[in-house]
This record gives sequence, structure tokens and C-alpha cells, in this order.
Amino acid sequence: MTRKPIIQVRDLRVGYGDVIVLDQISFDVFEGEIFVILGGSGCGKSTLLKAMIGLIPPQAGQIILDGDEVSTEDEAQLQGILRKIGVLYQGAALFGSMTVAENVALPIEEYTTLPTKSVNTLVRMKLGLVNLQGYESHFPSELSGGMKKRAGLARAMALNPKILFFDEPSAGLDPITSAELDDLILHLNRSLGTTMVIVTHELESIFTVAQRIIMLDKQSKRIIAEGDPRYLRDHSQNPFVKRFFNRQAVGEGRKEKGTR
Amino acid sequence: MKISKMPKGPHYEISEDHQGAVTVSIFGSMDATNAGPMIEALSARLKKYTISSLTVDLERVDYLDDFGTLVLFELRNMMLHGKAAFQIIHASDKIKELLSILDFDSLNEQIPIGKKRSPGIFVRLGEGAIRQVSELKYSISFIGSIILSLIYVCSKPRSLRKNDTILYMQRVGVDGLPIVALISFLMGLIMAFMSSVQLQQFGANIYVASLVSLAMTRELGPIITAIIVAGRSGSAFAAEIGTMKISEEVDALFTMGFNPILFLVVPKLIAAVVMVPILTLFSDLFAIIGGLIVGISMLDLTVNSYIAQTIKTLTLFDVFWGVLKSAIFAVLITWVGCLRGFQASGGAASVGQATTSAVVSSIFLIILSDSIFSVILRYWG
Repeated sequence: MTRKPIIQVRDLRVGYGDVIVLDQISFDVFEGEIFVILGGSGCGKSTLLKAMIGLIPPQAGQIILDGDEVSTEDEAQLQGILRKIGVLYQGAALFGSMTVAENVALPIEEYTTLPTKSVNTLVRMKLGLVNLQGYESHFPSELSGGMKKRAGLARAMALNPKILFFDEPSAGLDPITSAELDDLILHLNRSLGTTMVIVTHELESIFTVAQRIIMLDKQSKRIIAEGDPRYLRDHSQNPFVKRFFNRQAVGEGRKEKGTR
Repeated sequence: MKISKMPKGPHYEISEDHQGAVTVSIFGSMDATNAGPMIEALSARLKKYTISSLTVDLERVDYLDDFGTLVLFELRNMMLHGKAAFQIIHASDKIKELLSILDFDSLNEQIPIGKKRSPGIFVRLGEGAIRQVSELKYSISFIGSIILSLIYVCSKPRSLRKNDTILYMQRVGVDGLPIVALISFLMGLIMAFMSSVQLQQFGANIYVASLVSLAMTRELGPIITAIIVAGRSGSAFAAEIGTMKISEEVDALFTMGFNPILFLVVPKLIAAVVMVPILTLFSDLFAIIGGLIVGISMLDLTVNSYIAQTIKTLTLFDVFWGVLKSAIFAVLITWVGCLRGFQASGGAASVGQATTSAVVSSIFLIILSDSIFSVILRYWG
């Protein structure tokens, strides 16, 4: 592969106090790819995401984002790293006291020297990109769940970060909205070349958007599978991976093990 | 004529032919870091030309995102104002795709960001009045549902959430005791100190004991305690219920068949009504101790004479009166705190407002009801 890695995670151990959630995690994310982190509930997907964006300091190992180590003490360096990423949180995390346009304009006004009029045009473009034109002066509490997600996405990519992180983007969305969001993700990935790291367990979404996945396991606290999701679905020997991709309960999976 | 400029990021060349057709060739990347300076520099430079048509050559642009699109948009707008033609040439497929996603061609026709028109003064006055009336209605119906819940609890004592009640008793009472004791002690100290300066002139030192004990048990003890409880617990009630409200926990209670008032308000109310009078008694006690210390250290009184004078001054009625008032204050604090919590809606900011409003309204209600009590006592006692 000629592409260069933009995120490198090496021997990472994260946890809360004495509880270790993940241990000896190593993987690369390459520039411009859509990378999905999978796993059953409670396996530490969101924890891994939080560690990657610097919200939780790792207990061991290192995370390098575009050449810089994330767990740095240097405030200026951390600011530099944070400028390269955008995060779409599960609940969108829009500021309730600001309108949608103000939410999106906030980072643009803070970090660029554009005149106010141009900022407004840009906000309109961003909102058009996520199909929210006309909702500029609405408050987040007046939006539906899917619209909040899209507004959150517009804010996350306000400064066109190199890497976008998504925490369960399709959680709580109807299939149509969720498919639209998948399309949007693919579109942005193609047109802007943004690297996307997505935490999800929505199977349909995974097969639509993911180019490469890693799957985390709760028991061993390690990565149990890595690669193309379609290939893993059809060829993985690991019973958990098979069950996951084929949507089987534990008992059922054992029974049907030989049939696939 | 050729002019080239090399700013930090992308650079560009401007060339002009004799008919006023200007070509801007842009090199490098057009992104968030350089869009602002680029718009400024380009528009300043282009003003120097008389332009009949502007051509933007994107052949050597290797990265363009929506910030770059914004630059193109601003250039096109400039040309529109000067009635000059505008075109983009040599855009790569990638750039073309982005421009089409962003609806570059019809960006101008889109409706500008609609500002919600701020209504006139009469509309706002009317809205305010309607809101006040509906709030008043809600407050009254809230009192009604509290009373109904209390009656229900009386008829079925098992429906009271005992563990919650005990927990709130601890939070309101036990946890609040140190600060109530400290502040009351200091108040007693200050009162004794201030009054001693005056009373000493008449040789009436012993009446410091009367003044401190009477003022504290009748008025200041209940008020100080109530204000501290409003700040500590009233705010906590409002914040807790407000957060539960905006995160749909109150709705969850309702759909699970619980009465939110019975579940959330009644334990707090009972805890406060039990604990605030006890706190008030402690407050009286610590204030008298404060006065005592000033009395024996500065006024040459003995411990015995100070205590004897205190007992001689106070009647049981004074103490009861103070305790009764504090129980009423407790009801008011809990009522307003919970009411404001239930009124919170929307986001985090509304919880903050609910908390502020809970404390301010309860302090106001405490002082208001205390003055009503004074009037009652004047004509009754």
C-alpha cells in the first residue's frame, strides 16, 4: 500500500483507574480512508475513540495523529493536533444557547480571519452540504435527532479537518436518514479526501462505508479482527466475528456454525 | 502585463489583456488557513484593474475545499457588482464535483440567512403577560399536585420513598449543619459585640444576652437558616430536577407509572420540613454561644448570669414561633426549587436559569413571608 498512515496507535492501554478496558492495541489508519471501529456493547469502542482524540490519557503506549503524539503535555502542540480533527459526538453536542448557524460559525470565526459576510456564506455552504439549508436561525432544541446529527457534522467539519471522528453516527436515526448520512460520509470522503474514523455497530452502514475495520473484543481486551468487512464476513474463522457480521445470537451462532 | 505575488500559502498570478479581460491563475492549495488573507489580497489587487471579464485558472490548484470555494464565490460576487463576466477554467474533476455538491452556481440565488425578526414592544409585552399568567397557573396547579400527593402519602404511607427521604434529610440537615452553626455563631458574636458598645454606656451589659437570644430565636435564626438552605438545597433541587427534565428522565418516570411529584418532590419536602426547624434550633443555640463568648470575655459577665438572663428573656412561644416560621420557609424553598426544576426545558442554559431563579425566588419569598408573619404577630400577639 502506497498510502501513508495518518493515525498510528502502538501498544495502547486505556482504562479508568484500575479497570483496564483495552490493552496492547496497535493499528494504523491510512490517509483518506474510512476506518470503522467495531465491537459488541461495552468492549471499549468509545473509550478508544476518546483516547484517540485526547480526552482520556492512555495508561501505556502511544497514539500519533499526523505525526504528532496525542498525549502531550505541551498545550500549543495539543492545540495544533486538535485543529486537525473534528468530532461528531453521539448526541451531536450542539451548544443549546446558540443557533445552528452560530454553532457552525463558532470555530470558523475563532480560527480564521474571514470577514463576517464570508463566514455567513461559508456557514450556508456547510449547512447546504449537510442538507440543512434554511435552518440557520433554528436552535438545536427545535431540530429532530437526524437534523442535530447533520448540524453537528457541519460543525465538526467547519474547518475541514484532516480527520473526522464519528461516535455512533447512525444511532437513533431512521434507516433513510441513516443511509443519507452514510452517503454524505462517502461524498465528503471522496470530494475532500477527509480521513474518517467511525465507531458503530450498524451492519448496513459498515458494509456501505467501511473500507477497513478493526473489531475489538471485550474478553481479551484486544483486536480480534482487522481488514475488509466483506472479506471478514465471508471468510473469518473467528466465531464472534462471524456472529457479529451475520447478526446471530450466541446460541444460534453455535448451532449454525457449520452451515455457512 | 504580469504581476506575481508570493504569499505564505498559495500564490497567484494576475494577467490582463487590452480588452480588460483579466486572468487570475492560482497555485497551491486553497483552504481554511489562507482563504481569509486571499480574499483580502485578491479583492484589493483586482480593484486596480478595470475588468470586463475575469477568468480564474485553477489548473495548478492541488487542493480546494469549501473555503477555497468561498474565495471563488467572493470573486464572482465582485464581478457581479462590476457587471463583468466570470468564469472558471481548468478545474479538475474533483473540484468540479465539489463545486456541484456545494451548489456553487446557484449559491447567490439562495435565500440569505433569515434572521428571526424581533417582535415589537407590544408583542413582547403581551407575550410576557401571557407567559406570566401561564406560569402562575402552573405554579398553582403545582401546589395542588403537591397537596394531592401529600394526602396520598398520608393515606398510603408505604408509597413514600423512605430511602430518598432519609438521604435528603442528610443532605439538607446533617450536611448543612456545620455552615449553619458557623454562620450563626459569628452572627451571635457580631450582634453581641455591636450592641455591647451601645448598652455599655447605660451599664446595661446584661441585656446583651436578652437582645441576642430574642433577635435570633424570633427573627434571625429562622431567616439565616432558611437563606443558607435555599442556597445549598433549593438550588440543588432545581438543578437535579431540571437536569432530569431535559434528559427526559421525568418523562421516563411518568411513563413507568410513577407520579413525578410523589417521586421527586414529596421526599424533598418532608426532609426539608423536618430538618430546617432542627437546623434553626441549632442556629439559635450557636448564636447564643457566640453572644456568650463576647459577654464573658468583654463585658465581665459570668456564664451563669448570661444563661440565666437568656432563660429569663425567652419564652417558649418565641422559640416555637421561630420554629414554625422555619417550617414554612422550608415548604417555600422546596416548592420553588422543585417548581423551577420542572419548568426547565431545552438545554443546559435553562438548568442554570432554573437554579438561579430558585435561589432568588426563595430568598424573596422567605423575606416576604417573614414580613407577613411580623404583621400577624403584631395584631395577634
